Amino acid sequence: MFDLDRWREIFQSINKNKLRSVMSGFTVAFAILLFTLLFGVVNGLSNSFKGAFVDDAQNSIFVRVGKTTKPYKGMQTGRNIQLKNKDYKFVKETYENKIQHLTARIYKSVNISYKNKQDNYSLRAVHPDHLFLEKTIIDEGRYINERDIREKTKVIVIGRLVKEDLFGKKPALGKRVNVNGITYQVVGVFSDDGGDNEERLTYMPVTTAQMLYGNNDHISQINLGYDPKLSLDQAIAFGNKIERDLRKRLDIHPDDQAAIRVMNMAELNKGVGIFMLALYFIVIFVGSGTLIAGIIGISNIMIFVIKERTKEFGIRKALGAQPASIIGMVVQESVLITTIAGYLGLSLGTYILSLIGDSWEEDYFITDPSVSPGIVIGATITLILSGLIAGFVPAKRAARIKPIVALRAD
Amino acid sequence: MIEIKNLHKSYPIGKDSLHVLKGIDLHIKEGEFVSIMGSSGSGKSTLLNIVGLLDEHDEGDYYLNGQLIKNLNEKKAAILRNKFLGFVFQSFNLISYKTALENVALPLYYKGMARKERLKVAMEYLDNVGLKPWANHLPSELSGGQKQRVAIARALVTKPKVVLADEPTGALDSTTSDSVMELLKDINDEGMTVFVITHEEEIAAQTDRIVRLKDGVIISDELTRKQPQAV
Repeated sequence: MFDLDRWREIFQSINKNKLRSVMSGFTVAFAILLFTLLFGVVNGLSNSFKGAFVDDAQNSIFVRVGKTTKPYKGMQTGRNIQLKNKDYKFVKETYENKIQHLTARIYKSVNISYKNKQDNYSLRAVHPDHLFLEKTIIDEGRYINERDIREKTKVIVIGRLVKEDLFGKKPALGKRVNVNGITYQVVGVFSDDGGDNEERLTYMPVTTAQMLYGNNDHISQINLGYDPKLSLDQAIAFGNKIERDLRKRLDIHPDDQAAIRVMNMAELNKGVGIFMLALYFIVIFVGSGTLIAGIIGISNIMIFVIKERTKEFGIRKALGAQPASIIGMVVQESVLITTIAGYLGLSLGTYILSLIGDSWEEDYFITDPSVSPGIVIGATITLILSGLIAGFVPAKRAARIKPIVALRAD
Repeated sequence: MIEIKNLHKSYPIGKDSLHVLKGIDLHIKEGEFVSIMGSSGSGKSTLLNIVGLLDEHDEGDYYLNGQLIKNLNEKKAAILRNKFLGFVFQSFNLISYKTALENVALPLYYKGMARKERLKVAMEYLDNVGLKPWANHLPSELSGGQKQRVAIARALVTKPKVVLADEPTGALDSTTSDSVMELLKDINDEGMTVFVITHEEEIAAQTDRIVRLKDGVIISDELTRKQPQAV
């Protein structure tokens, strides 16, 4: 029900009593400001955690090997564990239904030259699925494909910065580069969110590298992406199972931590998830405390305001004001002030958060702090409700005072 | 218009109670100009508050415009006050942050009249009390006499049956008191019932009927000699 006259009364009352209106508004605005900043900063922290893993797919499991540190089945310590194609095949065939992506990886350091320019770069020889696990973004051309693997083609995919080094602004696609004395054709240029180092890499087919550099079936690492439908706990169990199976297969002592390392994103995610959950609980606790303090603040001010206006209410009643009209007036005024003040606090908070933006990422591990629309709506509803209660309780009491008592008040 | 039979009222003071009105019988006809005289503590203000529906009586019957006043809730009382009664207080009781015009228009707001119309009506009444040029001034910018005239305009604006004035000249000097009493007399001449409470003989003498109250009972009720003059 929109009553223009009622609004006129309220605006007049607010306007003529600026100090008390500003005071009560300030309490709420400040509470909401703190609430917004608190939530925003924690969201920023959460963003940083998520961002730390943005480089690689969230469902990755990396298998690496090293030297044994424990004797096992009569074998000495210090034995080199080597992953081979058959291990890759084993993983692929054994866990086919739980794997979304799978790739082997061979590390090499290479010298790449084009015309008179040359430099040393890291090379990764991989399967096509590596694209998804590394979240590589193809800018031009294509990535390694199945045909490259099958036919051991001499093709190379280079990072954005490699292209800049060797080709400058000129096109690189289709050009031939020299990699440790062997000529390869550039079939693609990529970029990567993981940062500059990731864009100084080069990729070639794993089979080509095995043939040309060492002529063996060795691989450095097996990376896989588990089926995203698995829960975190299932994924952790799956990672543990791969590790157990490979230990048995490669004759590694069950407690030898150095000989095989399985890095499972699911475990990291779970840890971060628990940490963030704890943080959110703290924030919700502190944040609601701040809000409640604000609500209590405005309630106190409303009680004082109504005491101050008791005589005015008495006059209004003598002139024919019904209790409901007095309560309505006070509640509406209180809701108006809380809503406007809350909105100001919220806007100021959001503005401050947007100013911080990404500038705190380096120093404080806070990325893009912001509050979600859900929180904003929730806080707004809380505000309106609190304004309602803060106004209603004392107004109801004031409206109950007999006019004769109210008129005597000063 | 106002009929009171055997009216009692007590106020609790701690564990005891103070018996303020001890059986008042009073009949005021439409168009009368009555004053209630009494020293402070005589119960005259209590009587006016009960008549004005600002307070409730304990015992006895009170008829306002033929309607028995009993067990009124706040809402009903508010409607009756708005419809039948106009108040003039000793301390004016204007709302400080509203202009003279807005103060006069306020009872019409509670009557549900549209803003444009009520401001027009309020302006007429302000004009009647000679304060049209002061319409947009705040109470703090008006003299005591002007404030009381605003209050009178406000009391009249709803065309009530009865105007209740509680020591209307109590805060005014004698010259302004006289002009306020003139105004009340004019209102009465137009047929409105006027009910004044005062402790000043000179003020009471300007009304048509004086009811004297002492210790919660009526000790005399007489017409003044002024009355034949008015006829």
